[in-house]
Amino acid sequence: MLEAGFIIKALIILALFGVTLLIATYSTYAERKVAAFLQDRLGPNRAGPWGLLQPIADAGKMFFKEDFIPAQASKWLFIAGPCLSMLTALMASAVIPFGDSVKYATKEKLWTIPVQAIDVNIGVLYIFGVVSLGVYGLMVGGWASNNKFSLLGAIRAASQNISYEISMGLSIIAILMMTGSLSMSEIVNQQHGGNWNIFYQPLGFIIFITCAFAECNRTPFDLPECETELIGGYHTEYSSMKLGFYLFSEYINMFVSSAVISSLYFGGFNYPGMDWVHAQLTNLMGAIAGHNVATLIGTAVLFGKIFFFIFFYMWVRWTLPRFRYDQLMNLGWKGLIPLAMLNIVVTGAAILFLKPLLTALLK
Amino acid sequence: MQPLTNRSKQVSHKEMTLAERAYLPAIITGLGITISHFFKKKVTIQYPEQKRYLGPVFRGQHVLKRDEEGRERCTACGLCAVACPAEAISMVAEEREKGEKHLYREEKYAAVYEINMLRCIFCGLCEEACPKQAIYLRHDLFVPVFTERDHVIYGKDKLVENMNDRYLRAAWTKEEALEQDIKDITPQPRIQL
Repeated sequence: MLEAGFIIKALIILALFGVTLLIATYSTYAERKVAAFLQDRLGPNRAGPWGLLQPIADAGKMFFKEDFIPAQASKWLFIAGPCLSMLTALMASAVIPFGDSVKYATKEKLWTIPVQAIDVNIGVLYIFGVVSLGVYGLMVGGWASNNKFSLLGAIRAASQNISYEISMGLSIIAILMMTGSLSMSEIVNQQHGGNWNIFYQPLGFIIFITCAFAECNRTPFDLPECETELIGGYHTEYSSMKLGFYLFSEYINMFVSSAVISSLYFGGFNYPGMDWVHAQLTNLMGAIAGHNVATLIGTAVLFGKIFFFIFFYMWVRWTLPRFRYDQLMNLGWKGLIPLAMLNIVVTGAAILFLKPLLTALLK
Repeated sequence: MQPLTNRSKQVSHKEMTLAERAYLPAIITGLGITISHFFKKKVTIQYPEQKRYLGPVFRGQHVLKRDEEGRERCTACGLCAVACPAEAISMVAEEREKGEKHLYREEKYAAVYEINMLRCIFCGLCEEACPKQAIYLRHDLFVPVFTERDHVIYGKDKLVENMNDRYLRAAWTKEEALEQDIKDITPQPRIQL
């Protein structure tokens, strides 16, 4: 017999997976709508009310296009490219805690299931591993196309991701020093209420979000697919749903990185006054139902934060022009890495000297 | 050197300040500008549902005018057909019979008058060539989209003016139109389906 906890966990994973795909789908719609609004236009509004069926129309169009594989391309790698891209993009959200926990009582025991696919104690490391795997999709696709523009795009993607991963990792180290844990749920739980990391790590946040833009290949760092120089970059030769997969994985990456930013710096599902809400709800509805509703509110809050960051991605896209390649490298190596190191030193000093001082003063 | 316009600016190569080199203040200003556009009124005109006034001399569908007594003005001289750069106009002339004086103003008239709307480029040269002020391109009516081949050629049935719904042009310039009445400038062009 299947245990209740197992079923609930499976349902949660399934729901999270579905929500990830749904949000990625509607990010394409949101992107076009936000772009239009920022440019004083209306955006897609013909397919369904307010153009809400636009993503479906787009996907339908993509599926019915000719699926072309160039004669000189390495066929298997050409197919593997978008698959890898999609796979790695979908894997990353597994360790992100999307909510506190769901309680469910059976006759035998009380289940407390965290709203998270897997709660591993190396969550941050896992995300970094998967994100750096993500570049393989672009690399393989660009290489297999046997096209100089694709190859140039792939090379750009690889070097950009490698460069910015360093400063991204370094900016995270300061957070890890503060929390003393690599587990995502532990990091989120330490930001209980309004005690968010952004207030302790503003510099780290700026470095991290800049690197996240570069890792997602979003403007101003979208050099791997910059159409003015490289036609389409690594996906020049791709058509039909293979191209769709590349574009779709970009939106999934955007969603995941927004979730990571919200979890690491903006408290994940935590919000000020959550204890009060939790107490009110448990009084009102009983311990289990109240707790579950409070968890749901927390999840909604997290998704609010995620939506804001997805919007921010689009907002920045229509504000900043693309960097030149040497500027990108300069910013990464000469700007962000030293700053991230400085951030580590300052954080270390603060933990060593300021924290004991403050705790002594408060006592 | 004397500047040609007063828009030119002196370029300076002074060292950037720390705030300028940090990008962030400039980025935040830029984000402020773009988000202000997010809430601005959109300029889009949603065409098939919304139409804007195209001006008093917009060249839309042709009309073969009648005079005040309802007689056709056209005398089938063929100057419009000659003037037409797209060779869209063709006609067959006929002599007016006795008892047709109330129908045709001149002694000769166009028994058949056809405009091929696929050829027509709406240049308005027929209008300029016409010595009898018989053909005009009306400002308030589009030629609708064709769905059938035999809808393309417009004969007299579609072109000759209807006396119950005469085509009158109140203004000949935008200024005139504005002067007369502000309401007159904003009628929606009628679309015939």
